[in-house]
Amino acid sequence: MSFFQAIRLAWDTIRVQKLKSFFTVIGVTIGVTFLIAVVSIVAGMSRYMEDDLVGKLIAVNSFSLRTRPDFQVGDATQAQRAEWRRRPRVLRSDVDPVAEALPPTATWAVESESSLNVESPYASPRRTQCSTITEQWFTIKKMGVTLGRLINPQEYANGTPVVVVGQDVADHFFPNLNPIGRELKIQSIPYTVVGVADKQGSVFGQSLDKFVLAPERSPLNRWVNPHGVIDAMIVQGQDDNSMREAMEAARATMRSRRHLHPSQPDNFELETSENALDFWNKVKGYLVIAGIALPTVGLVVGAIVIMNIMLVAVAERTREIGIRKALGARRKDILNQFMVESATLSTLGAALGVALGIGFAKLLAAVSPLPAAVEIWSIFLGVGVGAGVGMIAGIYPASRAALLDPIAAMRQET
Amino acid sequence: MSSNTIEAPLSETAERRAVVGVVGQAPDPRWVIVTRGVKREYDMGGEVVRALRGVDLAIGRNEYVAIMGPSGSGKSTLMNIVGCLDTPNGGEYWLNGQLVSEMSDDALARVRNKEIGFVFQTFNLLPRATALHNVELPLVYAGVSSDERRRRAAEALEKVQLDKRMDHRPNELSGGQRQRVAIARALVNNPSILLADEPTGNLDSATSEEIMRVFETLASTGQTVVMVTHEPDIAAHARRVVVLRDGLMSTDETRDAFVARVGHSVAAL
Repeated sequence: MSFFQAIRLAWDTIRVQKLKSFFTVIGVTIGVTFLIAVVSIVAGMSRYMEDDLVGKLIAVNSFSLRTRPDFQVGDATQAQRAEWRRRPRVLRSDVDPVAEALPPTATWAVESESSLNVESPYASPRRTQCSTITEQWFTIKKMGVTLGRLINPQEYANGTPVVVVGQDVADHFFPNLNPIGRELKIQSIPYTVVGVADKQGSVFGQSLDKFVLAPERSPLNRWVNPHGVIDAMIVQGQDDNSMREAMEAARATMRSRRHLHPSQPDNFELETSENALDFWNKVKGYLVIAGIALPTVGLVVGAIVIMNIMLVAVAERTREIGIRKALGARRKDILNQFMVESATLSTLGAALGVALGIGFAKLLAAVSPLPAAVEIWSIFLGVGVGAGVGMIAGIYPASRAALLDPIAAMRQET
Repeated sequence: MSSNTIEAPLSETAERRAVVGVVGQAPDPRWVIVTRGVKREYDMGGEVVRALRGVDLAIGRNEYVAIMGPSGSGKSTLMNIVGCLDTPNGGEYWLNGQLVSEMSDDALARVRNKEIGFVFQTFNLLPRATALHNVELPLVYAGVSSDERRRRAAEALEKVQLDKRMDHRPNELSGGQRQRVAIARALVNNPSILLADEPTGNLDSATSEEIMRVFETLASTGQTVVMVTHEPDIAAHARRVVVLRDGLMSTDETRDAFVARVGHSVAAL
């Protein structure tokens, strides 16, 4: 009996026993749905984290010199946190010596930020993330403006009270108005809006367009940090190598400025996009484990259900098996018949699961901030695993059927 | 009734004795079935049941033989062994020149498929399959292509006058029609022997006669037929009647001799 005939036979049986077949496939369907949905969501988040988020939050080929890590969310130990708190702050006076040590191709900028009270005549006051920056900041972040202009070199030099605001800030404080040239008060000091930045989008529902940027020398600097202290010095190399080179130069300079003995660890942070991704990779690890564990449970349950139903099918069709054997079916033929039947059922279930999983992922992406990207390999994996589960679950019932004695089998009443 | 009374023509009887006597040698091709001292014992929970205690039987090509015997005589066991559904514990069984008693399960399946056409008391048709599909079944396991299967199955159904009912399922057919589907299925692969186990056991007497006429036609066209029955009037349709008793052959005689001997009881039925 050919493989094709075995599939046709399986299909005929499935068609006749619709309800039973439905319950057989449901376990596999659920497992595969989970698998596809979780893989799609993890892949979507991963792509998002790697391409969008990190690119936006931390510029490419750049690192930032900070007192303590900015992205180290998660499981830092108590001792580690205490050590971070004891670290001396990075000072404005550290910037020039570090800048001098950098390779000539590297660019750098200083950044300090704080959440401050912002108001305008057109809207209610709101606490907003306000930062002071130096000239190369927009270049490093590859940020432009949709309205107005960037802060010009004279304004940086003179510390003119001008600001570039994020899209959401512009929308809130100047509803249906052109914000350019209008006044925004930060901690009661007036600033002129000269530009509205490109829309940055959002991360997990958190808007990235809620910011106010002013020159470092503007009055705002007093509010964002104690005098002489900065949040970060951002350094960008032309490529990964020159970034590493710049990082080592910055490290050496900072260590010598802080008189660190070679045995002492750095008491400052050089944070790259990898650090940010470290956290994500950790989360992704958990998600992938969950993404494998949950479908596995589903598939194991599915396998047990299939095995049970196939055992019932073998019992119910004992007489049929006897007849087939009497008419010349070999063990292999009977084994194939039942294996193909359970594999066909579970492949069907897996295909259904793939469709549902994709639908589920898309739905989730549509109604929640979670992104989703369907991975082609996960579809093949889903169908393959589904078919495999069916095969494995089918082995025992099929071998029971194949070993039946035709005389006894035909004698059985149905 | 003496043991091994053979009342067939003398020459034939001698020939039969000769062919069953030579152990370990393939019989002449004119003998389709040859059993030599076939034994079958079952272990029924520690108690050994000796169903067959050494049966010598030779059935030639084109013969129409009935195997009779009361229940427990071993006729079903013999039928299973002759049908290659079971293998003997001792002795040898040659079917169409092949030593079946030494074969593996898969080889037996092959022999059942190629050499034997079964007709059962309970028809044993697949309930969900059409008459045509039921008849096609042996060809499926013989690896015949689907077009060829269809053609040959339709032809076989035509022979039993059921070509108009090809697409009916067994529950849409009468008992006689079901048994004719089973006969078509048994014949579709051109087997060496047609093996019928109580073929009329589930049929009324009129339908039984109808099925016996089909068998008669087949036998007259040269098909070897072996039929197991416990009804003497059904056995009387065969040309030769073998009677088993307690796992041994009791009589082996022509139809006429059988009817002459048990005629009164056949008439009484």
